[in-house]
Amino acid sequence: MLLAIDLALIIEKLVLIIIVVMASLGIAMYTTFAERKVAAILQDRRGPNRAGPFGLLQPLADGVKLFFKEEIIPNFSSKFLFILGPSLAMLTAIMTGAVVPWGDKVHFFGRDISLQIADVNVGILYVFAVVSLGVYGIMIGSWASNNKFSLMGGLRAASQIISYELAMGLSLIALLMVTGTLSLKDMVLQQHSEGWHFRWNIIYQPLGFLIFLICAFAECNRTPFDLPEAENELIGGYHTEYSSMKLGFYLFSEYINMFISSVIMSTLFFGGYDIPFLNEANLSVNIAALLGILALMAKVCFFLFLFMWVRWTIPRFRYDQLMNLGWRVLIPLALVNMLVTGGLILLKQNHWHF
Amino acid sequence: MQALTNRVKAVERKPMSFFERMYLVAIFKGMFITFMHIFKKKPTINYPEKKRPFSPVFRGLQVLNRDAEGRENCTACGLCAVACPAEAITMEAAERKEGEGHLYREEKYAAKYEINMLRCIFCGLCEEACPKDAIYLSETFTPADYQRKQFIYNKEDLLIPHPVEEPEAYKKALGNKAKKEIIN
Repeated sequence: MLLAIDLALIIEKLVLIIIVVMASLGIAMYTTFAERKVAAILQDRRGPNRAGPFGLLQPLADGVKLFFKEEIIPNFSSKFLFILGPSLAMLTAIMTGAVVPWGDKVHFFGRDISLQIADVNVGILYVFAVVSLGVYGIMIGSWASNNKFSLMGGLRAASQIISYELAMGLSLIALLMVTGTLSLKDMVLQQHSEGWHFRWNIIYQPLGFLIFLICAFAECNRTPFDLPEAENELIGGYHTEYSSMKLGFYLFSEYINMFISSVIMSTLFFGGYDIPFLNEANLSVNIAALLGILALMAKVCFFLFLFMWVRWTIPRFRYDQLMNLGWRVLIPLALVNMLVTGGLILLKQNHWHF
Repeated sequence: MQALTNRVKAVERKPMSFFERMYLVAIFKGMFITFMHIFKKKPTINYPEKKRPFSPVFRGLQVLNRDAEGRENCTACGLCAVACPAEAITMEAAERKEGEGHLYREEKYAAKYEINMLRCIFCGLCEEACPKDAIYLSETFTPADYQRKQFIYNKEDLLIPHPVEEPEAYKKALGNKAKKEIIN
C-alpha cells in the first residue's frame, strides 16, 4: 500500500510548513530591524529606538505603514505581470525553506517528527532551481513597470544572477565531490563530529566556501553586488514603480533570501544544526533537537550579521568590475578548486600513491 | 615642475602586487575598521528623555518676573521695546487702581505685554535694558506650534508663576536665575 494516506503525517507536515513559513517571515521582519540597528551601530548612531522597548516594534510599524500606503499601478504597465512580479519573488523566497533540515527530529505524541519538510535526495539541486527562479520575479516586475530604470535594474539583475550562479554551481560541485550526496540532511549528518574529529566542510573546502559566499551576496542582490537596485544610479532599480505592500514584498523577499542563503551556507559548510564535539546521543531527543535548532540559528545570525557588516563596509562595484569578478576570477577559481579537489579525492582513494 | 617647498612627497604609483590585487586583505582590514565602530561611544543624546545641559548664559524664552510677594515688577516703561533690535515687543501701560496694590508693585503697570517669538532673536537686550528686573531670558526655548498667531506670546504666557501660590512652579521657572535674585 504505497499510496495509503497517513493523516497524521499530513497534519505533521502541514504544521511544520506553517511554522517554517511563519518563522522565516518573522525572521525576515526582524532582519530588517537588525539591519537598521547594525547600520546605526556601525556608523556610531543609535538606530530605531522609539517604537516599543529598544524599538522592537519598529518592524510592525513599518509593516503597518506599508499596508496603509497608496497602491499605485502605473497606467502603461502590464497589470497582471506587475502583480505577478513581487508575488513570484516572495513565493520563490519562501519555497526554498522546504528542503532545509532545521533540526534532527523531535518526539511528540509517540511519533518521531523529522524537522525537515521534505528530505529530497536532490535537496541542493532543488534549492538551486528555486533560487534561480527568483530572478523571474525581479525580471517580470521590472519589465512590467514600463520604466527605463526598472528595466535597467531587471537587466542587471538577470545578467548578474546568471553569471554568479555559474560560479556558485561550480564551487558547489567540488563540495558535492567531497560529500558524495545531494541531500542536505545527509550532508549535515556527515559533518557531525566523531569524538574529537572535527568534520565541518569548511575545512575541506575553504576556497569553495569563499566563492560560494561571494556568489551568495550576488544572488541576494546585497552590497557590494546591489547593482539591480542601485539607488543613486537607477532610482530604485527594479522596484522603482512599486509602492505599498508590493514594494514590501520585494524588500521582504530580499531579506528572506538572505536568511535562506545563510541557512544554506551554514548547512553546507558549517555543519547545519550540528554542535561541534557534542554527542547528541547522550541527550534526550527533544533537547538535542532544540539545541540543534539554536545552533543553526546562531550560525545563521552570524551570517546575517556578515551580510550587514559587508554592506556597510564595501562600496558597490562598477558594472564591468562585477562582470570581471564573476567571469574572469570566480569561475576559473571554482574550476581550479574543482580540479584540485577531484585530484585529491582520487589520490586519497589510491591511498596517497600517485 | 619645480616644487615650491621641500615638503612635497611624490605619490607612489607602483603596480599592485598579487596579494594586493586579491583585495581580500584590504577587505578584512576595512571590515575590522567598521567592526571597531561597534565599541565606539555614540555621540547622540536621546532628546526627550535626556537633555543637554544649557550653559549658564543661555538665552531662551522670556519670562516676566514678580517680586517675592507675587507682584508684577513691570512698570511698562517701554525701555525693553526700545532696546529690542527686532522690534518684537509691544506693550500698553495702565495706571494701578485702588486695591490693586497686591497685583502690581508700582503705580504704573503693563496692561498688555506681547512678544512676537517669530521676530525675537533672543539677544537678551531687553533683559539688559530693564531697570526693574522685570524681564529675563529663561532656559527653555520656544516650543513648536501650528499657527503663526500662537507665537505672539501675551502676558499670561510670559508671567512667571506666583511665588506664594505656586512656589514650586515659581522655583522651576526661575531656574538658575535664583542665585541672581538672592544677590539683588
